[in-house]
Amino acid sequence: MTEINEVPSPFCGVGTDDLTVQVEGSTIRLTHNGCAVNAMGFEQTLGDKEAKIDGKTVSLSGAAARAAEFLYSAKQPIIGGCATDVNGMRALLSLADRIGAVVDNMGFNAARNNFLTLQDSGWMNTTLAEVKNRCDVLLVVGTDLETVVPRFFQRYLWDNAMHLADVQQRQVVYLGKAPSGAASTSPSGQKAQVLACDDAALPEVVAVLRALVKGQPIRAEQAGGINVADLQALADKLLAAKYGVITWGAGALGINNHAELIVQTVSEMIKDINNKGTRCSGLPLAGKEGDLTANQVCGWTTGYPARVSFYKSYPIYDPYLYDSKTMISNGEADVLLWVQAFNVNAKPPLCDIPTIVVGRCGMAFDKEPDVFIPVGTPGIDHVGHAYRTDNVVAIRLKKLRDAGLPSTTEVLSAIELALSGASHAN
Amino acid sequence: MLIKLTGGKVYDPASGVAGVVQDVYIQDGKIIGKPEQPADKEYDCRGKVLMSGAIDMHTHIGGGKGNIARTMLPEDHRIDPVPRTDITRSGNGHAMPSTYVTGYRYAEMGYTAAFEPAVLPINARQAHMEMGDTPILDKGGYVMLGSDDYLLRILTAKKDQKAINDYVAFTINAAKAIGVKVVNPGGINAFKFNQRKLDLDEQNAHYGVTPRQILQVLATAVKELGISHPLHVHGCNLGVPGNVQTTLDTIQGIGGLPMHLTHIQFHSYGTEGDFKFSSGAAQIAEAVNKNKNITIDVGQILFGQTVTASGDNMRQHANHKFANPNKWVCMDIECDAGCGVVPFKYQDQNFVNALQWAIGLETFLLVDDPWRIFLTTDHPNGAPFTSYPHLIRLLMDRTFRNDVLSRIHPEAQKMTTLASITREYTLDEIAIMTRAGAAKLIGLQNRGGLAPGYFADITVYTDNANREAMFEKPDYVFKDGELVVVDGKVIHTKWGTTHIAKPNYDASVEKDLKDYFDKYLTMKLGNFKISDDEITEDGRGSLTAHPTVGGSA
Repeated sequence: MTEINEVPSPFCGVGTDDLTVQVEGSTIRLTHNGCAVNAMGFEQTLGDKEAKIDGKTVSLSGAAARAAEFLYSAKQPIIGGCATDVNGMRALLSLADRIGAVVDNMGFNAARNNFLTLQDSGWMNTTLAEVKNRCDVLLVVGTDLETVVPRFFQRYLWDNAMHLADVQQRQVVYLGKAPSGAASTSPSGQKAQVLACDDAALPEVVAVLRALVKGQPIRAEQAGGINVADLQALADKLLAAKYGVITWGAGALGINNHAELIVQTVSEMIKDINNKGTRCSGLPLAGKEGDLTANQVCGWTTGYPARVSFYKSYPIYDPYLYDSKTMISNGEADVLLWVQAFNVNAKPPLCDIPTIVVGRCGMAFDKEPDVFIPVGTPGIDHVGHAYRTDNVVAIRLKKLRDAGLPSTTEVLSAIELALSGASHAN
Repeated sequence: MLIKLTGGKVYDPASGVAGVVQDVYIQDGKIIGKPEQPADKEYDCRGKVLMSGAIDMHTHIGGGKGNIARTMLPEDHRIDPVPRTDITRSGNGHAMPSTYVTGYRYAEMGYTAAFEPAVLPINARQAHMEMGDTPILDKGGYVMLGSDDYLLRILTAKKDQKAINDYVAFTINAAKAIGVKVVNPGGINAFKFNQRKLDLDEQNAHYGVTPRQILQVLATAVKELGISHPLHVHGCNLGVPGNVQTTLDTIQGIGGLPMHLTHIQFHSYGTEGDFKFSSGAAQIAEAVNKNKNITIDVGQILFGQTVTASGDNMRQHANHKFANPNKWVCMDIECDAGCGVVPFKYQDQNFVNALQWAIGLETFLLVDDPWRIFLTTDHPNGAPFTSYPHLIRLLMDRTFRNDVLSRIHPEAQKMTTLASITREYTLDEIAIMTRAGAAKLIGLQNRGGLAPGYFADITVYTDNANREAMFEKPDYVFKDGELVVVDGKVIHTKWGTTHIAKPNYDASVEKDLKDYFDKYLTMKLGNFKISDDEITEDGRGSLTAHPTVGGSA
């Protein structure tokens, strides 16, 4: 048995790197600083390591060759999932460039709420260490933070802070969803303030809050069931903060249509607060299963986040048109390559087109894909890099065991090689 | 294979050769003396101009703020798609091109190396990963210090210079950098304490430290550690009318220590005239000419759409009202630094923009020593790097320059001495600024020259009185002896190396740092340090360490 310390996690979004694991053969146990999300990520048992065509065991090269045949004959292939490490995304984009695929990260509809804001008006944001050391007022919008990031409060709010005399004095306010547990309660028992409203009322509530921050008169007494006087007090609190932070989970905002307008209103309000002479920053939370990694690597490789089409031989970005689920259900795609190296439960959408899965070892299917190639997990089976939630810090993932599984990069490169019979374009 | 480049006119300032017809021989990636045996392959370079591959010593090609700029401006990519070919990857261009396109387009202009000047320690992995996806070019980075809480804490604690040197050397090693940059010294930190401006002698509200002190200790550290590249300084008050005095005070205040003042155009503004905005270029040039410890690059602006991406979130926030299109990003980052990304559209009929253009050119033309001034647009901040051939023509062709001058905002024409400056840069001076001088400044061994023993990074141009046409389309570009560009188009790709420095330090600094990381930061110290494997494990990257010089470490 081996014990490994300071293990970074690609699962929990915040890039926790204080984990201790025990490795025995291919079994991993989280023994220190674990949480529900990381336990599920790290302790997942291995499944069948053999590649399969139509459910029958084949060699890796045989499976890669079959995958290449499907992709070669496809008119409009899609590469979905896109949940892997930096090197995996590099190989994925190289392959997509060669075959003219649509590339669509599985978390894009959530991330789109942030991207549409970034691309329309921008924002002022911060990162986790600034939150930890400076934040005196934290506003959580429309998100049950501790289910998204279980250790957020323990690590970033109730721990040492360089620039606060007493971390217990930090003020936490929830707007929209109430917290599901007690993580946001300070160690001394100070509970978070909750201004609860339905998800559907959030656009109205944040619009009123922004108006109050700007000093605009509001005649109504309530917005979304919240007393305007309470929102006024919140606006005053933000304007009086030394270093206010407003956080949200782009996928947690609850409404399916135009949640980006909530993000935009909040982000513009943060700019207003800074223009009124007070520091305030946003903290969009994402970073699970490689979604930020996909967007970052696609960003520097193509100029766009990870919903692009290469069918014209150069990348084209459209945040709606290249939604792979819609394309598949509309009959606009004829082969699906699903890449998911982190989560055995994140399976490809059920569809009638030929499906190739490059998936975390252990993934099981109701309907066997045409080709299944099990791969290792970045940060467990091989080294790699992954972005954490604040989108600035890339963590160096460790190799914890040798289970003989190939990496995403190795498999996708083998498929590209089988397609081309030649080396990559550089 | 033995390659002979026959009969070209060679400009090799590193060897003092200026326009002499010489044959150049290449073997195993390096330049060699005249061999006994006949060449396997010969290129007829008669009537052509030979220089070493150009080196961009300040260009934002890797790191988070660049990717924010890319992601924020899809409309800027849509106008410039770059299709895939059999040998090159697809991508997009214009102001902040994708990484592959960056590599190809630099090479197609005859550049073979480029250096990212603003590597945040905590974001260094990303900078290296982006540069690792930038083909053909050699690359490297200057790591940013000066607004990090750790440095300000040890200054407040009155730790000695040795402690600072150890920390600086540790950081250079951990981030795999070749130099050190400071951006708005202490100002990015002060912005987090809600200070909105910070003059050279103004104290950080929390730490009580001034920019002058930060510059002093960092410039001293760089010198004492024997880092070749002088402290790379983006000064206080970027873009503020009247900042010429700040810049002159900064030169004076460094007390003779080596210092590189970057994109100095943005720091050369006076307050004279009807619009309270005037050129300080003559005063800056005079100070640079007089103080031999100072080097500068210009950060020329050129008219058109671009995006500004800087670590200086204090000044970028102040400038957000000029965002065009109206969207922008500011970030505070990890008790380390920050960034600000603001799109700009420089217009020749805008008085300020027009005068900025003239101030940059005045600076180029009034600084005497081409070994101490470097050709940059601070890509993409003043203009995309793809505008360099146009800039070279402005410097080399007075008629062309005055023609453009005659079309800018009339009030700006009245506020510049440009029309009266007769100087035209020579090919030798261009070769100094963009090759030999840059290699010397960064401390690159065996790069930026054409003598035997140098790496065979070579650009061959057809001599053309239209210097823009000449420099935008070289006949041949060789990288490490391999022909990569013909007639201005990539015909073959390869991967360049990453240049780094590895100054020594007392390992005991890591003990205090470990405590600091454990207590305040969100990453373990062991996970913060970038390992060699991270650069090389994909089989494409490599590291080239350059020695420190005359340092006490």
